[in-house]
Order: sequence, then structure tokens, then C-alpha cells
Amino acid sequence: MKSAYSPIFRLIAGRLALGILSLVIVSLVIFLAVSMLPGDFATATLGRSATPETVAAFRERLGLDLPWYLRYFAWLGHAIAGDFGQSFSGRPVGQIIGPRLLNTLYLAALTALVAVPLAVGLGIVAALYRNRLPDRMLSAASLASISVPDFFFAYVLMLLLAINLGLFPTLASIRPSMGWDDKLYRMALPVLTLTLVILAHMMRNTRAAIISIMSRPFIEMAKLKGESPFSIVVHHALPNAIGPIASVVAINLAYLVAGVVVIEVVFVYPGIGQTMVDAVRNRDIPVIQACALIFSVTYILLNMIADIVSIVSNPRLLHAR
Amino acid sequence: MSEFGYWAERYRKNLISRREFLGRSAALAAAAGLGNIAVPSVLMAQAQQPKKGGFARFGMSDASQNDTLDPGTWPASFAQVAFNGSLCNNLTEMASDGSIQGDLAESFEPTDGAKKWVFTLRNGVTFHDGKSLTPEDVRESFRYHMGEKSTSGAKAILGQVENVEVDGKDKVVFTLKGGSADFPYLVADYHLSIMQAKPEGGIDWQKGVGTGSFILEDFQPGVSVKMTRNPNYHKDNKPYFDEIELVAIMDAMARGNAFTTGEVEFINDLDLKTIPLIERNANLAVLRIPSLRHFTFDMDTSVEPFNNPDVRTALKYAIDRDEMIRKIFLGEGTKGNDTPVASAMPYYKNPTPQHDYNIDKAKEHLAKAGMTSLNIDLSVAEAAFPGAIDAAVLFKEQAAKAGININVVREADDGYWENVWLKKPFSGVDWYGRATCDWLFSTVLAEDAPWNSTHWKNPRFNELLLAARPETDEQKRGEMYAEMQQIIHDDGGMLTVSFVNWTYGISKKVGHNEIGGIFPCDNLRMTERWWMNEA
Repeated sequence: MKSAYSPIFRLIAGRLALGILSLVIVSLVIFLAVSMLPGDFATATLGRSATPETVAAFRERLGLDLPWYLRYFAWLGHAIAGDFGQSFSGRPVGQIIGPRLLNTLYLAALTALVAVPLAVGLGIVAALYRNRLPDRMLSAASLASISVPDFFFAYVLMLLLAINLGLFPTLASIRPSMGWDDKLYRMALPVLTLTLVILAHMMRNTRAAIISIMSRPFIEMAKLKGESPFSIVVHHALPNAIGPIASVVAINLAYLVAGVVVIEVVFVYPGIGQTMVDAVRNRDIPVIQACALIFSVTYILLNMIADIVSIVSNPRLLHAR
Repeated sequence: MSEFGYWAERYRKNLISRREFLGRSAALAAAAGLGNIAVPSVLMAQAQQPKKGGFARFGMSDASQNDTLDPGTWPASFAQVAFNGSLCNNLTEMASDGSIQGDLAESFEPTDGAKKWVFTLRNGVTFHDGKSLTPEDVRESFRYHMGEKSTSGAKAILGQVENVEVDGKDKVVFTLKGGSADFPYLVADYHLSIMQAKPEGGIDWQKGVGTGSFILEDFQPGVSVKMTRNPNYHKDNKPYFDEIELVAIMDAMARGNAFTTGEVEFINDLDLKTIPLIERNANLAVLRIPSLRHFTFDMDTSVEPFNNPDVRTALKYAIDRDEMIRKIFLGEGTKGNDTPVASAMPYYKNPTPQHDYNIDKAKEHLAKAGMTSLNIDLSVAEAAFPGAIDAAVLFKEQAAKAGININVVREADDGYWENVWLKKPFSGVDWYGRATCDWLFSTVLAEDAPWNSTHWKNPRFNELLLAARPETDEQKRGEMYAEMQQIIHDDGGMLTVSFVNWTYGISKKVGHNEIGGIFPCDNLRMTERWWMNEA
């Protein structure tokens, strides 16, 4: 038994170590990139009344006069402990980002809940009916939707469903004191838009992964056994395709957390993307760094999970001889 | 179209004021000998009585995730309307017509040549948590902004205050460094909200409790502020709404969408391009409220050729402000008349004559200065004011007809205020204005003013400025300010192109009276002054 599990553990441990290493590198890149931003908070805040003395006093108070490597290690140390420090405006960064991050995760989770099963299901349908009418229709629709930018979807849906039909509100600005039903109602359009945006990518990958497996000898064997096409896809092809599907799902989930700022702006959704954009405008460096770090952690973590899922779900690794 | 219909149309398009419209239609009714003229619909909308109830939502462009309840901050109208205009009160209140009246102070009296101001507090005012208002609360609320270490935005305004003291159970006494008749205006500044004093000194702003028309229910910085009606408010019947919410909508397109789909009843910073779209909608209206903000071309009156008053006057006649407003500001603006005093301000008096485009007069004044032609550089950048470069180029074409050759120098946006403004002899400037004449003149036109961009030193003007400051006789003061405005108009170095309007979108469900423009959003008091005509 021991020999059966050790390769999996070794692989997983390796992935974790690589993940942590890339996180450290990314944090350094973030820190350096942010410190290279033109302009600084002192002059941005003081505006027309900025004199060299007040700017210097301001920089000293915020610790901006220390060498960058000292600031980097101090920041990294605190960030690992979950403390992102004080924003330049005086509020704790955690307090600024916390509620926004929760909102973003909420939106991402709802979208994933709708989009992932739908994408995998449609992908299976497309694979089953390969090169027949359902597949061609799905392919055409998904190609079209991949080629359209996300804000365009947002505005088209808003025009049709909110302005013309009046089904949904255009404003998705939720606040904690709202009931869950009110929140869901307000979030309907962003969820729908994001679903359309990520659906095609995941669906096409599912279809491709299943089709490539369908040409393998063990599928031939299943066909010869007389299994129905549906059963072949679900019992034999799908388990082998989980690896590639998991990785495309991971990329799209990470996009949902880190890449939806345009959708947030269009629907006025109080997510973390807008927080970062505002912080860049105000040169509020602690907030920018914290957001960037959260985004990279999301990408690295989700990709790592996808890798681990594909390792664990690989039947040949699970049932080693 | 009947004559009445004509005036109604003009009024709807905001080409004439409500007052003028009422006058015209009353005159028409009288002329027709009609005792009972059917009340026209436009008039109805204005004459309706305030109603109680309703949930009003305001879409605001300028919220920030850095907003806090700290009265030393509040950089933009979102926080100002929510925390000053709804949550708290000042000692005095800026009425819609720009006059000052008591709010938490029942009365205020100057003594000692307006060097000492005694404010008597209104009886029976309570905070939202039930505590009664005391003079200590007022003293601490002012002291919070004063002192060396203060980082408050109101520090400069309170620089003239020597001391704030409590006198008895209901009086607060301010001792100023010099007499100022404007002091009651200054205490209406939004930073100077009255909050609860802490026993050990200082104020407790963190708990979000004020005396204002609305009680704070939920505040998400950069997202929304939700508030409910204060049933114990100290003003009769006010406020009218049961609930209000200020929603942060930074994106102009999203703001417009939320407004047209009825998700909010009000938006600020209307995208000028969408105005025709909104005016076509029967349920929505555009509000244009003259503000203090204005765009100018400033001449340095201490250098050639602008040290010659006739050159300055020639230039004042060589600019076609109407064409500029029509072509560059899309018709949204109020024509300037070469003073920085806005029509919303107390003691405003439009000098005569209105400086309009007049080639002959421009040539005449140029000849008086002993010139037949003139070559000057005009420094502008887009940072000078929105549309400044286009305005300068248009000015060049207009002035050329009078023999004035303007060379438009395009400066860099970066560092415009450091390197061009106050330094180049002729440049474009974006002014945000000040609420009172004294404050405004002391900032930009007094001989020793830090921002005297025209380097203007008119002896009579400066004499009047000092005389008017402590003058508490309304009429004398008004005469002095009228004379000063005439002097700026005739002799000053400011070419005032246009005053900017606050442009708001408002649902016709919302009722209101005359709207103030000294501060945004009805002098920050729209939540307590406006009402819902229908749910």
C-alpha cells in the first residue's frame, strides 16, 4: 500500500513547495512594481498645497524614507501573519479589503455554481453529438461569445433585461444589511454576464478533452462491450478528462476573483477589483500591494488545487499496480 | 403656441428663472383679466406642498473607500451630504437663497466690532442617542479642527479664531483675531458639524451620532450610506423622506443607467452628452444650478502690456463668451462678467455694462492705449480648466478681428499649477470659488492674497475690503461689495468666461423648492429639504 500512495504524496508535496516559491517571487515583483509607480501618495493627497517640507514629513510618517528591502521584509512578515497594515488614509487595510473580498468571493461562487455544471454538461453534449447539429450550434455560439469583450455582454444584457424588459436592476451595489433574496436579485445580471463570459472557454475545453479521450483504445474496448454512448462518456471518458477540465475551471475561477473589475464598474458591484483601481488612483500603496497579493495567491492556489485534483483523479495513479 | 406656453417652454428649458416665469405668467393672467386662470402644470410642480414619506435614493459620483465619519476629512459631496447634511447640523445653515440663518444656534450676535460672536443655542435639541445638546459639545466640535496638530480641512478657516468659550447653559462665545462680519457664514462650513463632546475633551465622531435629520443605519465606505428619519428633529416637519440611501456610482454611464431605470431618484455630475436623452424622458428632469466654480483667463496687471487698463478692457470686449459657452461647454454654463462673484453668493451684484463681444469697443480701447494692434501669448493646458485649449483657440479667432493677435501657448498638464499659474502673464484658470465676498476677495484679489493671480493692487478696492470685513450694517456692507464688484469688472485683470452649473438628474417624483448652489446638492441639505410627491 505504501508504495501506492507515495508517488501521489511526493507529487503533491512538490507542487506545494513550488507554489510557495512562486508566491515569494510574485510578492517581490509586486513590491518592486508598486514602488516604481510614478507619483506618490504624499503629493497625490496634498495636491496643490504640497510643499517639499510637508511631502518629506508625510513620507517619514508613512515610513517611505526607509530602504526598499527593509520595507519589503517588514511588509511580507506582517502579510504572512494576515496583517496588511494601515492604509495611507489611516484605516486598516484589512478593514478596507475584507468586505470587498467577501463580496467578490460571493459573486465568484455564485457564478461558478451556475457556470461550471452548465459548461461541463454542455461540453459533454457537444462531445456526444460531435459534428452534428447540437455540437455545431454550441461551437458557433461559444466561438462568438469568446470573441466578444465582457463589458459588451454586460451592456447588451443590461439593455435587454434591465432597461427594455425591466426584469433585473442595473445596480448591483449590495450591502451587508440586505436580505439574501435581495442580494441574489441584485446580483442576477453580473452573475449572468460572467457566466456567459466563462462558459464558452470551459465548455470547449471539456469537449476537446473528452473527444481526445474518445479515440483511446479503452474507449474502443467499452464500445465493443456494447455500452451506450452516454455511459461511455460518463463512466469512461469523463473520469480521465477531469485533469484538463479542472485546470481550465481553475483558470476561470481565478479570473472571477481577480479579473472582473470591468464588470464591477458597469454594475457598480462593490468587489475587490474596484478597490484596487481606487487605490491605484490614490496611490494608496498598502492597499494596492494587498490586493495584488490576494490576486496572486488566488491564481497560485487555484492552479495548485487543479494540479492536485488531476494527480489524484488520475486512475492510473490511484490504482497503481 | 400661446404666450403662456412660450414662457412655460422657456422656463422648462431653464432659459428663464422660476421667479421670472411666475412674474411673466402672473402679468399675462392680469392682462387677460382672468381672476381664476387654470394653474398650469409647471407651476403645480413647484407649488406642491412637501409630503412625508418615501425612500429616496441618491446616486453619487464621488464616494471613496477612504471615507470616514471624521469631520476633519469629508473631501467630496457624498460624505458631505451624508455626514454633514443629513447626520449633523452646524450652528448656522446656508439657506437655498444663499442667506445665512440659525440652525443649532437660535441666534447670533456680534460685539466689539464683530471681533466677538455670541451664539445662543436652540433649546431642547437632542442627539440621536437621546443626549441633549450642550455648549460643551459645540466648543469641542470647533476645537477639534483647531490647534497646531490639526490635519482638518477647516484648520485654515478657523485660523482667525482666537478662542472658543462656553458661557452659561446655552451660549458659546468666539473671540476672533480681527473683526469679521462673515463669521456666521464660516461656521456653516461642512467640516464644522456639531458632534458629541467626550468627557475628557475632544469629540466622539466614531459612533456616528449627530443631531441631524437622519439617523445613520448602515455605512459601507465607497459603497453606500443608508439612513432613517430622525423623529425628534428640531425643524418643523422636516425631514420629509422616511429613508434615504446615498449610493456610490463612480462610472458616469452606470450612473446614467441607474437613473434612467429608476434605481435612483437623483444623480450628480450628469454626463453633459446625455442631457438631451434625459430631457426626452417624461419622468426625468435635468437641474442646472449655478455654482461658484468659474473659468477665467487671468492677466498679470503688473507687467506690459496688461498694466494698461485700456488693454485689459479691449480684451474684455474681444472675447465672445456666448459663442464659447455654446461651442465648448455645450451650452451648459452661465456667462461671466469679469468678476469672480457668483450669482448664488450673498451681496452679488452684476456690474454694468455686461461685457459682450464688441469689436468696435475693443478697437476703441486699444486706440486709447495708443495701439492699433497687439501681440500677446496666452498660456493654457487642458489642466487649466476643461476645454481651456479649445476656448483659447476660439478666443484667438475672435480677438483677431479687433487686431489682437493671441498666440496660444500649449503648456504641459503636469505642473501647470506650479509652473504656469501665477507665473505666466496671461493664463487660463479653474476657480472653485468661495462662499462669501470677503473670503473670496481675500483669497484671490487682495493685494497680499496668496493666489492673486492678476497681481492686481487697486487702492480703493483694498480699502473697501478692509472696511467691509467688520461692517455689520447689511446695507452699508452691500453697497461696499457692490462698488468692489464694479471696480473688479472695470479695472481688474480677470476675464471671466463662464460660471459652471451643477448639473443633476432628478426624477419628477421628487419635489423641491429653490435649490442652493454655494455648496453642491442644495447646499448639502437636499435630504432634509426635498420630498417625494408620490411613492
